[in-house]
Amino acid sequence: MEIAFNHRQSAHCESGVTANLISHYGHKVSEAMAFGIGAGLFFGYIPFIRLNHLPLTTFRCVTGNILKRATRSLGIVMQSQTFRNPEAAMTALDSVLEQGIPVGIQTGAYWLPYFPPAYRFHFNMHNSVVIGREGEVYKISDPVFPEPVLCPRRELMFARFAKGVLAPHGRMYFFTNVPENLDLATAVTGGINAVTKSMLSTPIPIIGVRGIRFLANRLEKWPHNLGEAKAILHLGQLVRMQEEIGTGGAGFRFMFAAFLQEAAQVLAEPRLQDLSARMTLIGDLWREFAVSAARNCKGRAGAGDSYPAMAGMLRNCAADEEALYRDLRALVG
Amino acid sequence: MLKKDVPQDVGIAEGLKEVCYAVDEQGRYVLVPSVGWEPKNITNSQAWEVIQAELEETRLQVAAGVVSPIAYFMIKNLMDVRLLSQYVGLWHWRVKRHLKPAVFKKLSPEILQRYAAVFAISVEELLDVSRIINQPPAVRQK
Repeated sequence: MEIAFNHRQSAHCESGVTANLISHYGHKVSEAMAFGIGAGLFFGYIPFIRLNHLPLTTFRCVTGNILKRATRSLGIVMQSQTFRNPEAAMTALDSVLEQGIPVGIQTGAYWLPYFPPAYRFHFNMHNSVVIGREGEVYKISDPVFPEPVLCPRRELMFARFAKGVLAPHGRMYFFTNVPENLDLATAVTGGINAVTKSMLSTPIPIIGVRGIRFLANRLEKWPHNLGEAKAILHLGQLVRMQEEIGTGGAGFRFMFAAFLQEAAQVLAEPRLQDLSARMTLIGDLWREFAVSAARNCKGRAGAGDSYPAMAGMLRNCAADEEALYRDLRALVG
Repeated sequence: MLKKDVPQDVGIAEGLKEVCYAVDEQGRYVLVPSVGWEPKNITNSQAWEVIQAELEETRLQVAAGVVSPIAYFMIKNLMDVRLLSQYVGLWHWRVKRHLKPAVFKKLSPEILQRYAAVFAISVEELLDVSRIINQPPAVRQK
């Protein structure tokens, strides 16, 4: 059986799943809109959490929060479940699927056979939607792929029970009630306020705009504190977190700019268009930083790619972002 | 980023197109397919090179009899002791002991089978040290 599901490729898995699921129930919601009302934009440099022995930098909020926040602020009722027994998890998935309901699942990317080998890291926060089953093969709308993909039952079960950090424990979720009319305006305002709050007013110095400055100070000293070889690994990790794993480019900054454009329509507030254009410029700054960092990784650093120069780029990003969030707060909050 | 500036540098994604957010001529945001971007290719290869170097080092240690084949397959599957212990369902200090060749030799078939299942290989492959030693230095895609 297969559910008629409109698969749209997205830049990012969670916001893509959120948008596609809401759209399945007859509402037109783009990925950028889901990302915005889910308050996905964020910054955090968390040196004591390590991925592959290197510090974690995140450009988005805690995984799961986009979906949770977007559905809640739109009044959508979602049922979410985790399991201890893998077979029970598959049976539960099958029975919801049989009712013609698309089911969102959290999986570990390492075990998904349809992933290109270069992306197969132990990354447990990958979201997709199961939209059909033919015997032992499931049809999955994985938003980072251009078309729906197929996955055998055994591999899917393994991926749903991947182990390690933020293990999915077979998590699945589906909507049980979607209101006929969505109050987008309130949700948009709420999303913007949540973002400006976390970026401007977090007391923790490694989060938000302060976090960007904190990273700039640390990065400046990497070659001195870690040595050249390790400093390059840290840079590489930073660029991977910023650009890989479906960010839509520049650590979600472009995606948020797209959201601000839509928000201008929803709130009938043309000044948001200007803020969107400014966000795009900030995204371009982040991309320039990535180019410089990658040159260092490749051993082709020029005069403008020194660590102090890169720290300066990050400080520019921080200054521009801070000004933008303040204006955004004044306009919407 | 303008639509015409969306990078198309073939690399890690092997032809798979992902979508990027970019601005068109009218200043509106659109989704543009991209086959990749050079800084991403560089940093992704960097991550794999680190893993390959670690794997090669472990291969030599297996050959020298310093560590057991479990260590080799653990690195090959990008795991550490903690993650592997969760997959095989053993305490992590037990897994750590199993990395010693002397302890590895005395493992029961049942425990060996658990490791083999996680690594998706047969027990014979797990026990075959010469096969690991004769592996050519691994080179993953660039």
